[in-house]
Amino acid sequence: MEVLAIFLPLLGAFIAGFFGRWIGDRGAQIVTCAGLIVSAMISIWLFNDIALGGNPRTVELFTWMDSGALEVSWSLRLDSLTAVMLIVVTVVSSCVHVYSVGYMSHDHSIPRFMAYLSLFTFFMLMLVTADNLLQMFFGWEGVGLASYLLINFWYEKPSANAAAMKAFIVNRVGDFGFALGIMATFAIFGTIQFDAIFGAVPQAANQDMNFLGFQAHALTVTCLLLFMGAMGKSAQLGLHTWLPDAMEGPTPVSALIHAATMVTAGVFMVCRLSPMFEYAPAALAVVTIVGALTAFVAATIGFTQFDIKRVIAYSTMSQLGYMFFAAGVSAYGAAMFHLMTHAFFKALLFLGAGSVIHAMSDEQDMRRMGGIWKMIPFTYAMMWVGSLALAGIPVFAGYYSKDMILEAAYADHSAVGTLAFWLGIAAAFLTAFYSWRLIIMAFHGKPRADEKTMAHVHESPLVMTLPLLVLAIGAVFSGMVAYGWFVGEGRAEFWGRAILVLHENDTVEAAHHVPGWVPLAPLVVALAGIATAYVFYMFRPDLPGALAQRFAGLHRFLYNKWYFDELYDRIFVRPAKALGFGLWQAGDRAVIDGVGPDGVAAATRGMAARAARLQSGYVYHYAFAMVVGVVVLVGWFYLRG
Amino acid sequence: MSGWPILSLTTFLPLVGAVFILLIRGEPDVVARNARNVALWTSLITFVLSLFVWANFDPANPGFQMVERVAWIPAFEIGYHMGVDGISVLFVLLSTLLTPLCILSSWTAVEKRVKEYMIAFLVLETLMVGMFCALDLILFYMFFEGVLIPMFIIIGVWGGARRVYAAFKFFLYTLLGSVLMLLAILAMYFVAGTTDVPTLLGTDFPFQMQIWLWLAFFASFAVKVPMWPVHTWLPDAHVEAPTAGSVILAGVLLKMGGYGFLRFSIPMFPEATEYFTPLVYALSVIAIIYTSLVALAQEDMKKLIAYSSVAHMGFVTLGMFTMTTQGVEGSIFQMVSHGIVSGALFLCVGVVYDRLHTREIARYGGLVNNMPRYALVFMIMMLASVGLPGTSGFVGEFLILIGAFQDNTWVAFLATTGIILGAAYMLWLYRRIIFGKITREDVRAMTDMSPREILVFAPLIVLVLWMGIYPSTFLNMTSASVERLVVEYQAAISDGRPGVSVAQR
Repeated sequence: MEVLAIFLPLLGAFIAGFFGRWIGDRGAQIVTCAGLIVSAMISIWLFNDIALGGNPRTVELFTWMDSGALEVSWSLRLDSLTAVMLIVVTVVSSCVHVYSVGYMSHDHSIPRFMAYLSLFTFFMLMLVTADNLLQMFFGWEGVGLASYLLINFWYEKPSANAAAMKAFIVNRVGDFGFALGIMATFAIFGTIQFDAIFGAVPQAANQDMNFLGFQAHALTVTCLLLFMGAMGKSAQLGLHTWLPDAMEGPTPVSALIHAATMVTAGVFMVCRLSPMFEYAPAALAVVTIVGALTAFVAATIGFTQFDIKRVIAYSTMSQLGYMFFAAGVSAYGAAMFHLMTHAFFKALLFLGAGSVIHAMSDEQDMRRMGGIWKMIPFTYAMMWVGSLALAGIPVFAGYYSKDMILEAAYADHSAVGTLAFWLGIAAAFLTAFYSWRLIIMAFHGKPRADEKTMAHVHESPLVMTLPLLVLAIGAVFSGMVAYGWFVGEGRAEFWGRAILVLHENDTVEAAHHVPGWVPLAPLVVALAGIATAYVFYMFRPDLPGALAQRFAGLHRFLYNKWYFDELYDRIFVRPAKALGFGLWQAGDRAVIDGVGPDGVAAATRGMAARAARLQSGYVYHYAFAMVVGVVVLVGWFYLRG
Repeated sequence: MSGWPILSLTTFLPLVGAVFILLIRGEPDVVARNARNVALWTSLITFVLSLFVWANFDPANPGFQMVERVAWIPAFEIGYHMGVDGISVLFVLLSTLLTPLCILSSWTAVEKRVKEYMIAFLVLETLMVGMFCALDLILFYMFFEGVLIPMFIIIGVWGGARRVYAAFKFFLYTLLGSVLMLLAILAMYFVAGTTDVPTLLGTDFPFQMQIWLWLAFFASFAVKVPMWPVHTWLPDAHVEAPTAGSVILAGVLLKMGGYGFLRFSIPMFPEATEYFTPLVYALSVIAIIYTSLVALAQEDMKKLIAYSSVAHMGFVTLGMFTMTTQGVEGSIFQMVSHGIVSGALFLCVGVVYDRLHTREIARYGGLVNNMPRYALVFMIMMLASVGLPGTSGFVGEFLILIGAFQDNTWVAFLATTGIILGAAYMLWLYRRIIFGKITREDVRAMTDMSPREILVFAPLIVLVLWMGIYPSTFLNMTSASVERLVVEYQAAISDGRPGVSVAQR
């Protein structure tokens, strides 16, 4: 059963990818969707059995690598963490598969698209079921590949080519850390299998290691290296620049990969490795700071963007920041909780945005939308549901998870926890603000699109609206239903041994005993954010422009995304190219070849030419040389006596 | 089969085929056709024979197997001595696999002097296989140097415009190393009184002598690998060589250096190896970073892949000198994987070169539109080169790095940057050739891969995935021999260590 759930998407991808020409577009859609839906049903059953039934297990498949002390197998680890991820991945993926049938109906390579989607799902499932760091790395790079292929799906667009490359290479920078983290883990523990590592962590808690000439706390170094991988995949500050550009891909891809599943892999990794991170408090502090800064910075960029997908992309980045600082204050349950609710409402928002884009004849700029809410009422309602959940309004899913995170950060009573709390509150205000800015700009006001587009605006077909409905149900109810399991009374039983929290770090417990104003604060700022958005964009639409002009410098700074791209281009990309060219011309050609083979050849030729010139052919030259020779010889003998 | 001299059969069968081709007479096109067929069938039968070597190979036995021994020049204790162990057996298979694929890939690409071309390839195969099987230094030296001759001819006769320059550069570099190695072999002979490899493996050379011998061998092997800074012959040789020549050059000839280190330098001169390890680390790390950066700047497809080969071989030399089980096994695995992947990448270049007769990257673009099958094959090989988990490229690289980390974190750290740079230059290459819109008419007219071309790539793709997903098949074959190599090395080092020089013992 377990094996079937994981490998059905691969089978679907294989059939659709290689036999798409024979089975046709429809066939490819049916095969991949059916595979995913069956896989989702099995996952629900597995969730029930593993997480609720308390029946974790590991299925060994076969050996992967075996070299000396290093033994790695392909195996499926099924515990509560995996079960949650299985549900999230397969349910969202099924919705996206079905949605794509409608969204991509005009495209000319449907089988390829469906194959890539299913392939992605397979890699993601391999990632979450990994029983060792290396299989996780396999899934990790595999989803990166699928993301690369899907961003580049419209391969004729140069911007898509560039975005895909950027995504892969920036992720590789993160993977550089991940790979070193795996090596460090092996150097410390002599194994990279999870149970074996986790069992040995307490003994290694005070161990030091030599890393790059420094004597440092071994676990801290290892966790930080691994976290670098998480930063790349989850687009955390510093390694985030690829995510907004990744929106070049078709919208279903953005929903599945760049919002709901792949980008949360980093959060999953930190939670999975909670037994290691718990013994590396310094690493946890770094996770908290990076998460909190990301949550805030992304939100500040989000509210200046005009591309509907980019706004949601920055919102995703911001929400991922929340998850990380939750994990950073040891509230892993809360992080996973937000991961799940976020998957539903963010996928809903993206697919809803896709529906808008679909209706507007592929327009993505919100400045050329507006006045369409009556024409696409269902999509409009769905965007409201998603935004309410994102802003954390009561009864919607985001309310439970985001509040929990902020309370836990407050309850940590540390400097970094407090920083995370306040940055989180600020980001919550901005989140609500840009969400309603999006709704108002896209749906309300006077129509700003041309007449041809407006005449063409239509509600999406049923295959697109039905998945929205499924996700909307998740966005409304998942918070309420799962609260007890993830962070409430039943959490110890629910997580079992999948998550480890040291007793003194149990912030989820402490979060239930914070002062009364703390749980209220996020709600208040969210409502304030919504109100501000209404003032700015509904009642006084002249205000935003005036403010942007007043604070032109700040606005330009935010609009240009804090100039990260320009900075990286200046200090990494261009120097690397210049250095490569310089080393080639100066190093290889001038120095090595010049002194080496070419130099030797030239020297030989030069000497030969000079020797050849001696043979002039004139007898008196030779005679002169002989006379000189005789004189020198005789003189020498004479002088020696 | 066990009574048969199977290694000699595998080694010399291609030579028999070459003699047959030599005897072909008649109309030029008949000669060409027959020469192709004889060459293909000979190399295929050789490959099947080598599968028997595989079948007979006992992975649990760390020593030499299928040994053949005949007194050759008894007066000087020089013998004809053949055998394989876990370090060499995979290279024998690699050589016999790549040769038929090379012959198949040059089926239509080579039009002039077909007969001589095929003879050159079969002779080359004999010399390659013989070199990996030889267990006598003189015999090894003959094969090792002999390989240069057909390769020199292949580049010089069937190569591109600057083929003579490239061939001479290739020859100049390799010649210097060879002379020094011959001197070292003579010196070893005067000390040990034999050139028999197993005997020499048991001989203790004094430390001072080890240093000189190690350097002499290093001069030869480092050029072959090639290590920075003696790598500049490789891009030129690749660029000018015909496609199949590049495949053998990258696939097998570069492995000769790595194999030489593992067979001779490390086990015979362990103390010198330990002494020079920092040097090799430094050169390897420079190779990885330097050539990756240079690859970024290339405008010629073959040059780019040639530079990437230098970077990948940097990982190989790094891995073997860590002298950890993972590092050494990883470097053998990486060599085999690189043989397949870079061979396939050169074949990929050959596919488009046959159609458009240029290697300039900027002349292509948008090939995915009219060559989707080609795009897929190229994609798989590109990913294997980048080292994506699940492909063969990952396993070797990862094992090497995990070995390196245990010895020196700085080295591991710097070498790991290679995975970022590797992704950058390969994706950049792939994007420029495959993606985008087609802007030129002649590019639009290019046709997708023919069934013959698919036949060439199919086994390589299967191997890349097999080695990536279930590498145990291959790792198991090497593990016993590597284990012994590492253990004996450690023993030799700890013997010689505490202040006592080997000469005084």
